[in-house]
Parts: sequence; structure tokens; C-alpha cells
Amino acid sequence: MSRVEIRFAGFGGQGIGLMGRLVGEAVSLLEEGKNSVMTQSYGPESRGGASSTDVVIEEGEIDYPKATELDYFVALSEEAYQKYIPKLKEGGILFVEEDLVTLDENAKKAKKIFKIPATKIAESLGSRLYANIAMLGFVCANTKGIFSEEAMITIMKEKIKARFVEKNLIAFQKGMEYKSDS
Amino acid sequence: MSKQKQEFLEVRTGEHFTTGNHAAAEGALSVGCKFFGGYPITPSSEIAETMALRLPQLGGNFVQFEDEIASIVGILGASWGGVKSMTATSGPGYSLMVENIGLGMMTETPCVIINVQRGGPSTGLPTLVGQQDIMQTKWGAHGDFEPIVLCPNSVQECFELAIEAFNYAEKFRLPVTLLMDEVLGHMSERLIIPDASKITKIERKKPKDSPENHLPYKPDENLVPPMAVAGEGYRVMMTGLTHDERGYPDLNPETQDKQVRRINDKIRLNKKDIIRVEEYMLDDAEYAIISFGSVARAAKGTVNRARKKGIKVGLLRLITIWPFPDERIEALAKQVKKIYVPEINYGQITREVERSVHGKTEVKGIFKLGGAIHNPQEILKEIEGDA
Repeated sequence: MSRVEIRFAGFGGQGIGLMGRLVGEAVSLLEEGKNSVMTQSYGPESRGGASSTDVVIEEGEIDYPKATELDYFVALSEEAYQKYIPKLKEGGILFVEEDLVTLDENAKKAKKIFKIPATKIAESLGSRLYANIAMLGFVCANTKGIFSEEAMITIMKEKIKARFVEKNLIAFQKGMEYKSDS
Repeated sequence: MSKQKQEFLEVRTGEHFTTGNHAAAEGALSVGCKFFGGYPITPSSEIAETMALRLPQLGGNFVQFEDEIASIVGILGASWGGVKSMTATSGPGYSLMVENIGLGMMTETPCVIINVQRGGPSTGLPTLVGQQDIMQTKWGAHGDFEPIVLCPNSVQECFELAIEAFNYAEKFRLPVTLLMDEVLGHMSERLIIPDASKITKIERKKPKDSPENHLPYKPDENLVPPMAVAGEGYRVMMTGLTHDERGYPDLNPETQDKQVRRINDKIRLNKKDIIRVEEYMLDDAEYAIISFGSVARAAKGTVNRARKKGIKVGLLRLITIWPFPDERIEALAKQVKKIYVPEINYGQITREVERSVHGKTEVKGIFKLGGAIHNPQEILKEIEGDA
């Protein structure tokens, strides 16, 4: 597997950083032969501001730790979509929270667009806080071979606070099973 | 091992996915650091945070001082109390510390300072990367001294060089700087912490003579004096003034010459054992990149991309930036047509490279002034323009 770059982006409070951390950690610690580097946008922002995290995955040594041309872009807010869609490479793959992002002509360069109402799915489980994990399940199911379901489940059980684990695992499963209509 | 049990271990053996800041703190703990004195500052704060949590678990002490001046003096004192001590800061804090780094050089006090660089001057870019403190770590304090400064380029190396920094500090009796940057401090990747038995720990030499005859600044053959700890019965003397072997102020040109020459020479004469570089694809290189810190990751990316296009580029990565590897660079200058120096400042290492090549090849700096690291393509473009 050659270098793959993924960016998760939304607003502060959606758990964007956690998405990157879970994927990065699952790959680095549980997937034989693969390396990952996770970086986060870091600034004086707080809840409500733009937030993004990049994960670079590669078999073999990762030289440059930051994303340059995104193979995958996962947008959980309109602001994040607008800000980062130019970074998606021609023929890249786009994931969006369909109720929070309005696609425009910039999305045309994507080879495939996967849409999911992640927040609604999360709300059906009792809290919109699970939206990030529902989205992760959806991404996992539709990016075969980059990070595995088993590794993600193991890492979630380890990293997420015990009382939230069960709901997050359900959210992940619902994301995995969701079929995008386009 | 369960996570709970691991919390109380000095060495958290195993695989982790963590940041450079956390890794550096774990490195310090692994080599036996037992005192942290500091004042939190972005982008280094996670180091203080980790030490505040971990040191009390390990029988050590954490003090958040009123400022960076007190912090550096605190760790000098802790070192004389017999424990391995450190602080962590960023440019603005390092600026406040330099006077007493000089005191540490003059009193030959082992300790470690981590500087996680951000953009400067002044408060500059608190949350974004810089590499602008290169010359400050060399010339910051007044007077003549030879510092040791180490520059990691991965999370793993933040851990390993934190250990090495303490080992150099103990071996040569001086404050050692681990010079990181914001990108390294905050990025996460795999860290493998080896078994405790695999970690090399160097401890300062203790005096072998009797307390009555002990001269606290009488050096051994390697020019480093053994160090007694306050409270062990030996006379302990500390002064920033020029002092004789007894540690008494002795303010004349002869004593000054002897003392200051020695604290410089203990590093100069051991330079070969201290200097470390990584060479990558240099054997047949026609062009070379000299780089350090997080930017060296981009530089390696440039080499990999250039090689795919058939351009013979290699990388010399500086792991110790002080002492500077003059001889290696001069040899490289005879081999390559041009040396490129990408750095996040306006030409600090570039100037040292220009000095070291003695006109034998062309040197080109590729500068960013702070806030972002180069990407491999940008550096490649410069080389392609010449190749």
C-alpha cells in the first residue's frame, strides 16, 4: 500500500481530533506492517471553530508527516467542506455529513461521493456526540483495506470511556451498514 | 501489562501512539529524571503536563515556578541536590532562561532544557512551528561555552534523544538542550519504548578522593570534574564568578583562561563522540540537502521523489546541531554540485553550512519564516531548477 492521506474536518466539539487519533492509533498499533502519522490543526480556536485532523498511512517509513494532496476528505461541516475541498486531489474520495454540507461544483473532482446523515443516526442513539463515530464506521466500510473494522473496534474499546463504549460501537456499526444513495 | 500498573513504571515498555511532547517526557522519565521545574508555554505544555502527572507517581517532584527564570535556577539547584532535573519551554521562555543557562555552564551543572520551537521573535506564533532558535541555543548566554544541542525528527527520536540529552549532561556536566519544534511536539506516531534493561543510563562521576582533600573543580583526564552532591560530606561550591579548582572566586586572567578553556575543550576535544548525523542516499549524490528537525522529514520526502525522477539527491540530517559537524560538511562539499538547506528561519544553519564548505560548493538556503514546514515538492522544485 502506497501513501494514503485522509483529512477529517468539522467544527470544534464534534470529536474530529478523536477520529484521527482512533484511526492513527488503530493503524500504528494493530495493523501489521503499516505506519501512520496523525496531525491536527492547532490554534487558538475552541468549541465551534474549525477543526481538522490528518492521518497519513503507509507501508514503510512515512517521510513527510503532513497531508499534501488528500486521497480522502471527510467533511462534517459546511465551513470545513468549503475550506478544505480544494485540497482533495483529482479523483479523490469525498465523504460528507449530508445534512451539514451542501455540495457545490468543487465536489465534481471527486471520483466518488459518499453521503451519510451521521448526526441523525447519532441522535437516534440518544446524542449527536456519536456522529463522528457513525461517520468513522461509514468511512471504514467504504475505504476497503486502509483501516480495518477489527482494529477500530479494539481501539475504541480501549480509548473511549467505558460508559460510552457501547453506544459508540453501535454508532460505528450503523455507519458501517449505511448505504449511500449516490 | 495492565494500563494501571504501567502508570507507576519509570519505563513504560511497549508500543504507544503518542506525540513528540509526550515521548520526550517519557524519555526523560526512562533515564531517571526526578525533578521538573517549569512554567507552561505553548507548544511545550504537554511535557509539563506529563511530568506533573508522572513524577509524583515515581517519587519525583514537579514544581510550577512563577516564571522561566525561577524554573531554570530551580533545576540547577535540584541537580546540585543530586537528582536528574529538567525544564521544558518554547522560545520566549528560553529567552528568559539564557542568563542562567550561562550559570549552568560556568558551574558545570548537568540538566536538560527542552525547547519546543514556535515562530518568533518575541511571542510570535504561539501555536505554530519555527526553527528560529538555532543560534540562540549556541550564543544565547554571554561568554564562551560549547553547548550540546540535539534535534530529533520523529516521535521515536524525541524519546531517544531526551535520554541522550541527559546522558550527555551527566557525562560532560553541562546543561544540554533538546531542540524540538511544534510539528514534532504535537504530531502523533508510533513510539516503541524498549525494556528498561535496554536503556543506557549515564550517571555523573562521583569524587573518589576523601572529603578533606576534595577539589570540586579538579578535572579528570577527559576534562570533566567529578561532582559531589550537597549533603554527602564533600565541599560543594557554586559560583558564576571565575573560580579555581577549589571553587573559590579567583578573578585573574590565568584562572579565567584555565577554567573557560577547559569548559569549552571538554566538548571540543570530545566532538567526535558527540556529533551525530544521519546520511541518506549520499553515496552517489550529486546534490545534497542538509536539514534537521521536522523539516528533515520533508527533505527525505524530497530525496525519495527526486530519486524516482532520476535526480541524484541525498540527505545529511543533523541530529546534533551543536557541536556543528564542520568536517562532514566540508567532505560533502567536495562531492556535490550544490547543497540546499531548507529551514524555518531566515538562514541560521545555512550560514553555518556556508562557513563549513569553505567555498568548495554552492550553498542555497530555502527559507520559511515560521508557521509551516516546507513540503517535499517545494524543495524539489528548487533542485529541479538546477539539475
